[in-house]
Amino acid sequence: MMNRREFCKKACIVAGGLIIPLSALEVFNPRRLLAEKDGNSKVRWVFLVDIHKCVGCGLCVKACKIENDVDWDANVTRTWVERYVVTKGGQTLIDSPKGARDGFITQKIDQASQGLKEVKPEEIAKAFFVPKLCNHCENPPCVQVCPVGATYQTQEGVVLVDRTWCIGCGYCVMGCPYGVRYFHPTLHVAEKCTLCYHRLCQGMKSACVDACPFGARRVGNIRDPEDPVTKIITTEQVNVLKEEFGTKPQCFYLGSSMEVK
Amino acid sequence: MKNHVWRPLYIVLAIVGGIIITRTLLVPNDFGVYERGYMYGWHRKSNEAEWRKYPIKYKSPQICAECHPEKDREIKSSPHASISCQNCHGPNYNHPDDPQGLTIDRSRGLCIRCHAHLPYKGTLRGGIPGINPETHYPQEQCVMCHIPHSPKPMIQKREVKS
Amino acid sequence: MVHGEAWTLKEFFVYPNEYIYWSIQIVMYPFMTGLVAGAFVLSSLYHVFGVKQLKDIARFSLVFSLALLPVAMMPLLLHLQQPLRGINVMMTPHFTSAIAAFGIVFTTYGFIVASEIWFVYRQFIVETVMELRGKQQRSAVDSARLVLYSLLSLGAMDLSPEALHKDERAVGVLAGIGIPVACFLHGYAGFIFGSVKANALWMTPLMPVIFICSAVVSGIALCIATYIITMEIRKLLSTWKRNKRSYLKLPSVEELKSAELQVVTITVKYLVMFLVLAITLELLDLIFRTYTAVKSWDILRSVIYERDFFKIFILQYGFGNLVPFIIFLRPGLTIRRALVGTLLVLMGVFMMRWNVVIGGQAFSASFSGFMDYHLPIWPSTVELYKEGLFGALTVIITPFVLFYLFTRVLPVFGVKDSH
Repeated sequence: MMNRREFCKKACIVAGGLIIPLSALEVFNPRRLLAEKDGNSKVRWVFLVDIHKCVGCGLCVKACKIENDVDWDANVTRTWVERYVVTKGGQTLIDSPKGARDGFITQKIDQASQGLKEVKPEEIAKAFFVPKLCNHCENPPCVQVCPVGATYQTQEGVVLVDRTWCIGCGYCVMGCPYGVRYFHPTLHVAEKCTLCYHRLCQGMKSACVDACPFGARRVGNIRDPEDPVTKIITTEQVNVLKEEFGTKPQCFYLGSSMEVK
Repeated sequence: MKNHVWRPLYIVLAIVGGIIITRTLLVPNDFGVYERGYMYGWHRKSNEAEWRKYPIKYKSPQICAECHPEKDREIKSSPHASISCQNCHGPNYNHPDDPQGLTIDRSRGLCIRCHAHLPYKGTLRGGIPGINPETHYPQEQCVMCHIPHSPKPMIQKREVKS
Repeated sequence: MVHGEAWTLKEFFVYPNEYIYWSIQIVMYPFMTGLVAGAFVLSSLYHVFGVKQLKDIARFSLVFSLALLPVAMMPLLLHLQQPLRGINVMMTPHFTSAIAAFGIVFTTYGFIVASEIWFVYRQFIVETVMELRGKQQRSAVDSARLVLYSLLSLGAMDLSPEALHKDERAVGVLAGIGIPVACFLHGYAGFIFGSVKANALWMTPLMPVIFICSAVVSGIALCIATYIITMEIRKLLSTWKRNKRSYLKLPSVEELKSAELQVVTITVKYLVMFLVLAITLELLDLIFRTYTAVKSWDILRSVIYERDFFKIFILQYGFGNLVPFIIFLRPGLTIRRALVGTLLVLMGVFMMRWNVVIGGQAFSASFSGFMDYHLPIWPSTVELYKEGLFGALTVIITPFVLFYLFTRVLPVFGVKDSH
């Protein structure tokens, strides 16, 4: 015969024994873990930047900040434009004052604590502007390192952050080789470019794309062979940033140069 | 005789059980593995919809011409044809309901984004007519002399004279 | 202001969103975890490998490792932008992230240490319960103590020789399991850094091993240092009490002193062993980077050999490794020299963590600029407290406070133990 005490104990063990494997299965569902990560979505958003066309006006940065409520004066931005000035002496000077929120309006190059540096026009060997944004990588390292599943990739390839679930550890910020992530100044969660997911889903283009007067920025669906962006990516010489990290970035660059960091 | 050695283990099991129960209570129901697998798709599904509902501020560039066709024709025949209205007139939001009128950015800072001369041959910027903002009427607003919808300087000079 | 802006100074070109996001608390985190792991490994040397001479310090370091345990979590909570959501790591762990394992490894380790201490102290706990029960008149304090100790005993009041023998075996088994878990706990802290492919300085498979070795070094050093200091205090108390109440049978100052030196000398040997291992691996990493000179080497070289030269070669390798090495290896080790040596070792390991965590963010991912870290001193805002000098000091002081509290309940010295 079992006394009451023993019965309670055994009941607890049995109940616990049942709960643990059941809930563990939720996390380690092998079928789901092996789920094809590629999926068969009809849409996969990609970005195309034409460096030749960029004039460094920064209207994209302005539009992005307003569209996505990024604090205007905070020194962080979801997208930015870099200026590269290569001198005839072989030196490369790079800057992006305030992420080019106000464009590039002076020849002086901002070297942060080293002050402003001016290069005489006759000493410039080449100069160009490079818009940057989240690459929405095929293998996003920032998503891989999120300990709680607060950042993820949608079916369409867009990397998003769940603002209600992010613990603010900063691992994703450190994990991104492109420096596109930062902490939201007031919400204190990881923040990044969403490729204007809310606009894309409505059939519109990203705010920065609409704002660019020169067509330097374009967004398209790589799964649609008729998409003009897809046609360019598949038929012309395009490059990606920091390919060596194995992140498979999905932001393609026309006219890139070896100086581009 | 009962073995006391297992007592700490019972406590451990109780704590683990507590965590698991908290988990079922705290974790949203739609949290799980989705299209991109466990590595890239482990998330709360409803968050996607939350992002989709994010309010749009800049409307499609074509939308302005529907109510302002004459302005659209004007700018389309000028060198500023490629500049979308909302870059200077500000985001549309729900205009004309809210706001009824848009706040136009007439600042010098807006114009010199492109028209501050930078001597970068080989870029489009090098080819844009540019000034040195520090010496070209530094105190003035550009719109005092140049009409943004038809910015050819010659036209303006004639207009200013007449 | 954006997180990180207050203490980051940029130079040349740095991406607009780049700041030193992982600051002093992330330096404290591997440092404190290292102390936990090291202290536990030290106690296991006695419990598992039967190094008899370490008996005295083993009990001490075991309790100390329990006191350090909650503190290893503190820097993380102080660092999190959303500390209240920290529990999410246990709720929806994403195991492709090195941090996700933290909750589980850390809890497992906590269970092991706590259970081991329970077995070590069970006899003491039960005896105390018996003694308190036996009292005719119990004061309020005594009643509270009775409740506490009764709870701690978990109702296991059996003190028969067989039961005590079981305790002993359980301690051995737990200490045995504990060593790999302790190494895992800290190796995985190294993995958190070593696996960040975006960071040229951090990314090396050696990182977890380097972290384990320096963890053991720092843990042993802290145990020796604290042990020496505690013994000094006991000596003072002993002299004072003897003068006051000469009828008490307290150990004489000489007895304490000789026992102390013996324990310290032996423990220092293990310290030197792990120190050699740690330095070898660190130098191997440095030589390898210099020799292979991949794309990132240009910027790493200017960080390691120019900007952080003083912090790396003078403070970390010089005063943190070389000087203690000489101190320990010179014949005729004294208590005072041992104390100086261990404190220098602790400083050296702290600098190693600093040079890894802050040094890894001293350069931009664009390899075209640098970031300088200015430790916030005065805590004028919550953020500057959390990620500043005072936040770090809070983390350093807490284990000693906890240790003091624990020793109120479970005396570390001069107790007859279960085995």
